[in-house]
Amino acid sequence: MEGIKDRIFRFLIFLCASTVILIAAGMCITLFINSLPVLKHMGVSFILSSDWDPVNNKFGILPFLVGTLITSFLSLLISLPFSISTAILLGEYLRKGRMAIFLQNIIDLMAGIPSVIYGFWGLLVLVPIVQKVEIKLNIIPYGVGIFTASIVLATMVIPYTASIAREVISLVPDDLREAGYALGATRWEVIRCIVIPHAKTGIFAGVLLAFGRAIGETMAVTMIIGNRNQIPKSIFAPANTMASAIANQFTEATSDIYVSALIGVGLVLFMVTVIINYAGRYIIKRLEIK
Amino acid sequence: MKRLLDIFVIVCMIFIYGVCWSQSLVLTGAGATFPYPLYAKWFYVYEKITGVKVNYQAIGSGGGIRQLINRVVDFGGTDAFMSDKELSRSPAKILHFPTCLGAVVITYNLPGKPVLKLTPDIIADIFLGKIKKWDDSRIAKINPDVKLPNLDIVVIHRSDGSGTTFIFSDYLSKVSKEWKERVGRGKSLNWPIGLGGKGNPGVAALVKQIPGAIGYVELIYAGQNNMPVALIRNKSGHFIKPTMKSVSLAANISIPADTRISITNTDAEYGYPISSFTWIIFYKEQAYNGRSKKRAKALAELFWWMIHEGQKYNEKLLYSRLPEAVVKKAEAIIKDMTYNGKSVLK
Repeated sequence: MEGIKDRIFRFLIFLCASTVILIAAGMCITLFINSLPVLKHMGVSFILSSDWDPVNNKFGILPFLVGTLITSFLSLLISLPFSISTAILLGEYLRKGRMAIFLQNIIDLMAGIPSVIYGFWGLLVLVPIVQKVEIKLNIIPYGVGIFTASIVLATMVIPYTASIAREVISLVPDDLREAGYALGATRWEVIRCIVIPHAKTGIFAGVLLAFGRAIGETMAVTMIIGNRNQIPKSIFAPANTMASAIANQFTEATSDIYVSALIGVGLVLFMVTVIINYAGRYIIKRLEIK
Repeated sequence: MKRLLDIFVIVCMIFIYGVCWSQSLVLTGAGATFPYPLYAKWFYVYEKITGVKVNYQAIGSGGGIRQLINRVVDFGGTDAFMSDKELSRSPAKILHFPTCLGAVVITYNLPGKPVLKLTPDIIADIFLGKIKKWDDSRIAKINPDVKLPNLDIVVIHRSDGSGTTFIFSDYLSKVSKEWKERVGRGKSLNWPIGLGGKGNPGVAALVKQIPGAIGYVELIYAGQNNMPVALIRNKSGHFIKPTMKSVSLAANISIPADTRISITNTDAEYGYPISSFTWIIFYKEQAYNGRSKKRAKALAELFWWMIHEGQKYNEKLLYSRLPEAVVKKAEAIIKDMTYNGKSVLK
């Protein structure tokens, strides 16, 4: 009897696991097939042209691609000091006690807030502040743009990196820490020379997860990025991202080639995510060997 | 656990029963978001009077056209009439009739909330990025009473594809040759300058936040939110304030029998120049996919009600009424509906 149960169980988990793979592959294939018309129509200039003109059936997605990459990387850059500090605080200094639980809860809460609320906050609170800065710097006070969007994205991704980094930091064996202290290291030296090197692959995985969130964020970004389909010339300039372009234009896209172009944007977004994930895996591996 | 399951089963049964019961006659429609508040009111009242339920999903004009072509819905709603090319793609003949009128207004953020007058060429040049400052001599010349600040003009447009953008760009294409060549008309455009906001609220939020901003929103939205609106010079040379009356007047021109006409830059003497119809679209031949004759008849009666009794709700909800001449045209179109070749309404 045990054997049959075992076999059924094995069959079931194989079935479920392969379904997941099938769905992922299916999505990729659907995106590819549906974007074929626009790829044929535009060729390489689909990715290299910065001319997005649905009226004349010209679809160049370079501005969206650039906008997506800049906002995602910038937001990671802004968020990193905050998320790593939070993780070290929770993993090293405040490992137990009410304060630790309270902080951890707040971080989890931040991860759970719907993105449209971040967008609102950005539009109502952050935009006027950025406008004041822009007036001081003597540029047109749009308020919305890459800078504002990156700050809001950074706020959104902090909990992702922070939670995972805290987890891996607290997994660093205490023996190592104690050995460091025994050798006369200060707390700072222990963190810098023992804890961080030991936890860096895990921290990097957290950063990768945060990147995935930042690159696909739609609602919050579309509210505060300015939605201008041009390659941004400065950090305060309005721009657009791939996810935001799809969400904005899909409902009213009537012609077949237009729909295909938007699906093509989806395909590129998918590819970028895959590439960055693989690059990330590669870096993690390199980090592990050292 | 078992009690939970029982509750679940009961809820499911109620739901299924509800669906089956109401299936007696539910007409479905999908499309334009612009007339949705009016349609929602109409269909609510109509169900109370006749018992016929109408389910209208405001998914956007493009979606409405697609769903009608795929024959998923009984009727579609659209802010831009279907082009000949789009009509040629449908499996059978599609008819249009207008239900009400809407307008696009120009709103702005200037200190002191002055009432501005604008001419078509100034509007085109602002949105093309050629007029960059508010104290430009051309704007000052037709607004001698307004003290215009030395502010940069920040253009705000819609970031999402929308019928509002279509109507606005249709107008600009008619009044400016350069606009027609460089940008053209469409639901999403390759904007020469400016920032995009999602939906009317998105545009309004940006206009309110950025000093010196100018944008376009639906008349209804501007009215509900007390936004300043510009008077626009029409073809006859009058500066027209966008009101329900002036929008309705814009339709006082000769309308073709199929009602597919753009009334922007209207010839009507006191008509507001950026006005437009919004249409209902349906199949002329109603016998398809095994639909019943009863269903076709209910649909025709609903349409008839919309252009007659329904019109009295328009102005309360800030939509302009159809002029009498247009109602006559719409009547003819609804009477054109057939079931197996025989007309549905006598």
